[in-house]
Amino acid sequence: MKVVHTDCLVIGGGLTGLRIAIAVRRRGHDALVLSLVPAKRSHSAAAQGGMQASLANVVKGQGDNEDVHFQDTVRGGDWGADQQVVRMFAHTAPKAVRELASWGVPWSRVRPGAREVMINGEQVTLNERDATRGLLAQRDFGGTKNWRTCYVSDGTGHAMLYAVGDRALAEGVPVHERVEALALIHDEGRCHGVIARELATGEIVAYVARATAITTGGAGRLYRVTTNAVICEGIGHALALETGVATLGNMEAVQFHPTAIFPAGLLVTEGCRGDGGLLRDADGHRFMPDYEPEKRELASRDVVARRMEEHIHRGKGSHTRFGEHLWLDITLLGRAHIERNLREVKEICQYFLGIDPATEWVPVRPAQHYTMGGVRTDASGQSRTLTGLFAAGEASCWDLHGFNRLGGNSVAETVVGGMLVGEFIADFCEHPENDLAYSEALIRRFGQREQNAIDALLASEGTEDANALRISMQEVMSDKVGIFRTGEALAEAVEELQRLLQRSRNIGLRYKSRGANPELEAAYRTRRMLKLALCVAAGALARTESRGAHFREDYPRRDDAHWLRRTLASWPHPDASMPTLDYEPLDVTSMELPPGWRGYGARDQIAHPDTETRQSEVDALRAHYASDGHYAAQAACMPFDHLLPARYRGRNARIEDTGP
Amino acid sequence: MSGNPDPRQLSISVLRYHPQAPEDPPRLQTYEVEEAEGMTLYLALTEIREIQDASLQFDFVCRAGICGSCAMLIDGRPGLACRTLTATLSPRITLAPLPVFELIADLSVNTGKWMRAMSERLGTWVHYREEADLDTLEARMDPDLAEHIYELDRCIECGCCVAACGTARMRDDFVGAVGVNKIARFRLDPRDARDDGDFYELVGDDNGIFGCMSLLACDDVCPKNLPLRTQLAFIRRRLARQGWR
Repeated sequence: MKVVHTDCLVIGGGLTGLRIAIAVRRRGHDALVLSLVPAKRSHSAAAQGGMQASLANVVKGQGDNEDVHFQDTVRGGDWGADQQVVRMFAHTAPKAVRELASWGVPWSRVRPGAREVMINGEQVTLNERDATRGLLAQRDFGGTKNWRTCYVSDGTGHAMLYAVGDRALAEGVPVHERVEALALIHDEGRCHGVIARELATGEIVAYVARATAITTGGAGRLYRVTTNAVICEGIGHALALETGVATLGNMEAVQFHPTAIFPAGLLVTEGCRGDGGLLRDADGHRFMPDYEPEKRELASRDVVARRMEEHIHRGKGSHTRFGEHLWLDITLLGRAHIERNLREVKEICQYFLGIDPATEWVPVRPAQHYTMGGVRTDASGQSRTLTGLFAAGEASCWDLHGFNRLGGNSVAETVVGGMLVGEFIADFCEHPENDLAYSEALIRRFGQREQNAIDALLASEGTEDANALRISMQEVMSDKVGIFRTGEALAEAVEELQRLLQRSRNIGLRYKSRGANPELEAAYRTRRMLKLALCVAAGALARTESRGAHFREDYPRRDDAHWLRRTLASWPHPDASMPTLDYEPLDVTSMELPPGWRGYGARDQIAHPDTETRQSEVDALRAHYASDGHYAAQAACMPFDHLLPARYRGRNARIEDTGP
Repeated sequence: MSGNPDPRQLSISVLRYHPQAPEDPPRLQTYEVEEAEGMTLYLALTEIREIQDASLQFDFVCRAGICGSCAMLIDGRPGLACRTLTATLSPRITLAPLPVFELIADLSVNTGKWMRAMSERLGTWVHYREEADLDTLEARMDPDLAEHIYELDRCIECGCCVAACGTARMRDDFVGAVGVNKIARFRLDPRDARDDGDFYELVGDDNGIFGCMSLLACDDVCPKNLPLRTQLAFIRRRLARQGWR
């Protein structure tokens, strides 16, 4: 078996993985990226609408800063997030977007003077200030107080991925394409790298590293209808889970995007609504203001997706042979705006639907979009239970998003997570205690185990078809672990998924090649995906409350008294048919923003006993430090500077100083 | 979206060859598929692999026309399979891998390797003068210029332009329209310190801009409608001027 050594092994060649590799290289260590596909084909490219960073350049962003971004994000996540991590993120996002600007991302820029925009269905004239000429522009997104989303037309992820991908080339980062990690090598709580398979030849290779980073993105393919790319199968999550040592946080927190094209599930950006697009029903009626008078189409995604489904259940959807859908109307934005700022949307409508969104409405219905859950780590991105294993981006749960991610916070997280966790990994590599110390016998044992598993699949006389099992799993997940959940349906889902997992142990292949073999890949991946699906369903069944994207019809209230805690799923015994669930409490007494109403959605949460006391403490601290400015008040409420790498602690400049 | 009571039967012929199994010569294999409403080549090929032939190789990632993985010859013409609706084709469809690129198997070709080599050769990144200070305001840029750069930055490196190129079939080291477009993109970018002298060194020869025979199939087939014809003419004129100096 070939063995490759490096300092930092990165699994996943999207924005997060590439940015980590660049950070580690710049600190003088080797980094090597494994990717299922050429790095620039990663799903990061699919992010359309933009990246949140509180630059406050446009007039509708005036007054924006880290504080507001922090509060929007915590509220968006329905108080499930780690507030220190949110602070680290909101603080670093402006640096990340400015770094990308210097690396070549062609961000859309501010044009001074008057411009016409659509806000709440009405034409409004905005006057951009001359002082902001040529600085990065921001657009509106859901769940945000200010316009904060920096964008490149609606090809933001593409432009970012190409700039970072090319930057990685410039810095000599090797990317091993078409290589799939099969298992983490570990013993005694220490991770040593992975056993991987070259997809074109089937060769098994060991990659041995001081630090291993999982940056594999989301697990959308657990569901039948998803905006995610076909490679988003949650394999990174599963790698961690199958160690039996690492844990997954909040896997039941699954985001559904309001505007996926019906029925194929292709994404049309939230920027459509941010720029003034409206949701309409079968009668052409704009229904969101009826449900959400405060934020209308621009409440957080979990709220909008639920309201859409609710409206369909009331019989207001348009009927087709594939089911019902609603309409996204961007015709009011005008052709010029669409062709400049929503051109990918226009192309997708043109090619897949044969319609022109400048004159026709787009059929939409919510579809799975984002995996808030992930490999549970501390604020440095390292697993708390498996030393040397790191995770960042969508694959991680450090926990930035809580139970619902705001639009524009995911691509921001990819690069911010990459910058920060990359530094922490470099720190890790520099500690002598983290030198590689492994036995070759261990590497051989793991390599042999994976080879044996593949040989067994190829030799199997099993009667189950991997693709059929996967489709059944996706149907169970979409039908019973979707936007609206009940204890009864979730219990059925768990039972059915367990049966599918059992059956997956009896998969047989029609095509027996040891080399490139898509059916073989489907077989071993499906087994892993079923375990992940069980983590989602079991976590959702156990959580008898509603929080963010996790909505229980039988427990419709957010219950801070009992459920202000993070689910930790692990799989200690490979042959088990259920994950082990554990819980980690969130500490209200140290929160900068104690739980309350989000500013949209339901208002009837059950309070945590410490909330009131903590709120008075925070209010007192804010009053006491009021004359010292918001940085001092913030630091008194919840310090976080010490958690940041020294190089990223500087304050962010803005055209208007919104600080003290 | 009304149902079609009498769906078409599609005959999809795929040019098959696995370089790892050279004992099986290249051959056309035909699959029969019942057309469904809204069916794309992605959906048709996935169905073939899941039901009829587990050995069939192809590449899809985003299945939304943005990642550039699935370019192939569709009835002889390079295009993105994921966003090609079967309804736009005749019921007898022929699929073949893109030429020029290294064949992995069947419809899967190694565009990633080709593009990476091109990028390394041309230095397709901003050669900035100094590291930016991330705590200060970003450098300003004219909004129109930013849009102009994005127009060229929309390339998804799918390889259609290279597969359609006459010169690329004759010269292994030709940079293709994709490469010339990258030069145009970085030449336009004020953040990049390189000048026409530097770009001339990179593509001022027959493997670069002067190898282009102006057949312009690249411009015809580009799935992103990049202004390749304009960029080829513009860079040729600029670098010819540079060459005369």
